[in-house]
Amino acid sequence: MNALPEAETLLAPLVAELRARVTPASAMIGLYTGGAWLAERLHAMLGIELPLGLMDIAFYRDDYAKQGLKHDPKRTRIPFEVEGRDLLLVDDVLYTGRTVRAAMNELFDYGRPRSITLVVLIDRGGRQLPICAQHCGARLELPERKRLRLKRDADGALRLELEDAA
Amino acid sequence: MPRNPQLNANGKLQHLLSIEGLPRDVLLQILDTAESFVGVTEREVKKVPLLRGKSVFNLFFESSTRTRTTFEIAAKRLSADVINLNIATSSQSKGESLLDTVANLSAMQADLFIVRHASSGAPFLIARHVKPHEHVINAGDGRHAHPTQGLLDLFTIRHYKREFGALTVAVVGDVLHSRVARSLIHGLTTLGVPEVRVIGPQTLLPAGVEALGVRVFHDLREGLRDADVVVMLRLQNERMNGALLPSAQEYFMKYGLTAEKLAHAKADVIVMHPGPMNRGVEIDSSVADGPRSVILPQVTFGIAVRMAVMSIVAGN
Amino acid sequence: MRVLIKGGRLVDPASGRDAPGALLLDGGRVAALDAEAEGATADRILDAAGLVVAPGLIDLAVRLREPGFEFKATLESELEAAVAGGVTSLACLPDTDPPIDEPGLVDMLRRRAKALGRARVYPIGALTQKLQGERLTEMAELAAAGCVAFSQANFAITNSQVLWRALQYAATFDYPVWLRAEDRWLAAGGVAHDGEIATRLGLAGIPVFAETVALATLIELVRATGTRVHVCRLSSAAGVELMRAARSEGLPMSCDIGIHHAHLSDIDLGYFEAQCRLEPPLRSRRDREALARALADGTIDCAVSDHTPVDDDHKLVPFDEAEPGATGLELLLPLTLKWGAEQKLGLAQTLARVTSEPARILGVAAGRLAPGSPGDVVVFDSEAPWRIVPEALRSQGKNSPFLGYELTGRVRTTLVAGSVVFEQP
Repeated sequence: MNALPEAETLLAPLVAELRARVTPASAMIGLYTGGAWLAERLHAMLGIELPLGLMDIAFYRDDYAKQGLKHDPKRTRIPFEVEGRDLLLVDDVLYTGRTVRAAMNELFDYGRPRSITLVVLIDRGGRQLPICAQHCGARLELPERKRLRLKRDADGALRLELEDAA
Repeated sequence: MPRNPQLNANGKLQHLLSIEGLPRDVLLQILDTAESFVGVTEREVKKVPLLRGKSVFNLFFESSTRTRTTFEIAAKRLSADVINLNIATSSQSKGESLLDTVANLSAMQADLFIVRHASSGAPFLIARHVKPHEHVINAGDGRHAHPTQGLLDLFTIRHYKREFGALTVAVVGDVLHSRVARSLIHGLTTLGVPEVRVIGPQTLLPAGVEALGVRVFHDLREGLRDADVVVMLRLQNERMNGALLPSAQEYFMKYGLTAEKLAHAKADVIVMHPGPMNRGVEIDSSVADGPRSVILPQVTFGIAVRMAVMSIVAGN
Repeated sequence: MRVLIKGGRLVDPASGRDAPGALLLDGGRVAALDAEAEGATADRILDAAGLVVAPGLIDLAVRLREPGFEFKATLESELEAAVAGGVTSLACLPDTDPPIDEPGLVDMLRRRAKALGRARVYPIGALTQKLQGERLTEMAELAAAGCVAFSQANFAITNSQVLWRALQYAATFDYPVWLRAEDRWLAAGGVAHDGEIATRLGLAGIPVFAETVALATLIELVRATGTRVHVCRLSSAAGVELMRAARSEGLPMSCDIGIHHAHLSDIDLGYFEAQCRLEPPLRSRRDREALARALADGTIDCAVSDHTPVDDDHKLVPFDEAEPGATGLELLLPLTLKWGAEQKLGLAQTLARVTSEPARILGVAAGRLAPGSPGDVVVFDSEAPWRIVPEALRSQGKNSPFLGYELTGRVRTTLVAGSVVFEQP
């Protein structure tokens, strides 16, 4: 198992990669909760003009039948037109790929984007669906029984944390 | 006393039968989830796939186009299949028993029953006899409860007033016969509203109503003093026949909400009504259509609240 | 036939006796007790070691459902249930279909009951024709046919003039009149006690004053007519106080409660439990306590089962559509014992409420164990628990608020007129 990288140090290289993609027409959407925090930082560092979109996939998850509705869904806000847009979809950790699948389904209910580029801080493998991230801060291998989360400290600093899966 | 039939063995909401007996955090979960659904109802594709493949049966033993329609819209926005059954009470009394009707529908793979019935407690009886994967939502039973209405009223209050902790809420009218009033009162007291008032003539207030945690007023102006929220209840024509009231005119004189009476409440008071309104009986048009009225937004919130209830219950 | 019951705890509420002893029955009557009975020869000897031997229970309110409601119950099943419950004499209510307002029906009932050879049946006749509260029945004819009293069951007489005249007419011949005290208009539409619980549940309420207004009227009319009136199924503390005053005044009035009302209150309605839909309704906890205490201090003379078999179809419906009533013949003994224990009464005092006291009101010689009394005896295990489940009940009425509960007090043997009519296998 690899040692956990420092989240903050991964940001700058990621931003450098992304700068080539960003145009005045680009828009960014972060997935609650970790992806939203990450997106807030990237959005600011990249100087994207259009306001940041934030998305909760609670109503599009594929495990509703087993788990029911997750407590306290946040409200999805997309303050720009999705139709024809080049979108940067941001999440903290890419694992099975199911979250991204749900996010794309939800996105398409808002309109038909021209393109979706997936940006993640960590790709930990273990994909169960054919999803891949075009931009990734770091690749890690982690045991199945562990869950990787992005946390935000009181001063706004981002930090990766490993937990036991419930 | 048996376990609250609304909650399953894990304490999760499996049916919504009444607001009474629901823990505070369950109420808040419903309101918070409804908040998210408001966003869905505002975008172009108003559907989410949560209940795709599920069958929602609208079982209305008491007819109501309004409530049935909002449930239908809410269910369809969750991508469910909706089947409407209007069973007139008279034919039901000659034909199938309530439980037989439900059993037959159950055999047709129902997932969710939305039930409105003239007898208090009917949804409880149904909930005791459905299969484990079937869920019951009470759309109004007799005088007992109308929990989704109570929830949308709470949602509306929270939308305009933010906090419940310092409010004075006045409920005006026929509390005796009102399931809307009972549900709202339970919700308000559970969420910690410090002053809940009921205002009406003695003939329209039930025995021991103070035990619900309310203050009783018979004078409308006095009861409206410094109120933050005023909820007007509908007055039905039958009340004049049962020697409960002399006439609609006299009722309007004493208990009808006019601008002059409303002036006793706080300047930023909101006026609510579950609908349909009897203009000139319980409420004056100038107030119903006036700046303090939030009666139309109530209807919009009603769809989001029902989407929230169905998606929480069907997932447990 | 001589029957000797030995080794039991012999309880005779009429004399207050509660001591071990033997009981000898001969020729259908009590022949001897204790030493005289001990060692007597007998055709049959029953060993009552560890058991209580008491007079057979007398139940003043039983619905046998015949004629007219045979799909709910029959004489066979209900009289079997009676002796299984230790009830050896019962008064049956006139609200059958047709109501018991004709001598022919009384005849038929008595003959059928006699032929079955189980509990003794005392028919109560209708006070007005068809129980409609307008025209008097032929009370003399009905009395001659065997009616012990006249009643309206749960159908109030709304015309006070008719009520007055009916009481007057009955008083002429000293016929007892047994009436429920409930004002029909004040109770109209109500299905539960008018109070906090009904308000929460959204059920139409029957206020206490529906009972007290009618009771005050009844008391006033008794003052004027001198009729012997037995008030059936009191339900409220306020009603108890009215009765207490009437009795201390010396009016010829007595009263009973349904044994369920000594145990249950409106809280037991729970989530609209239709098994708790009763007439009169279960009232508040304070009312229940007052009724239970009044039964102990004698203000209320006796307890009855108010046995009302109701089929499932009429209970598995919303509360306000359910048919009121509970099965009771087989629960009268355990529920009476439970009440007596809660009131900290001795066994003789407890059983008096369902033996010697109802016997006095009915005007029969049964309900006591003295030489010459009818040989109606119940032998029961006062400690034996049993679960109230449909299979355990012989009545066709399986409707009870106590379904699934465990009660204490099980009948082992019942004798009527000196013959064994029931034995627990």
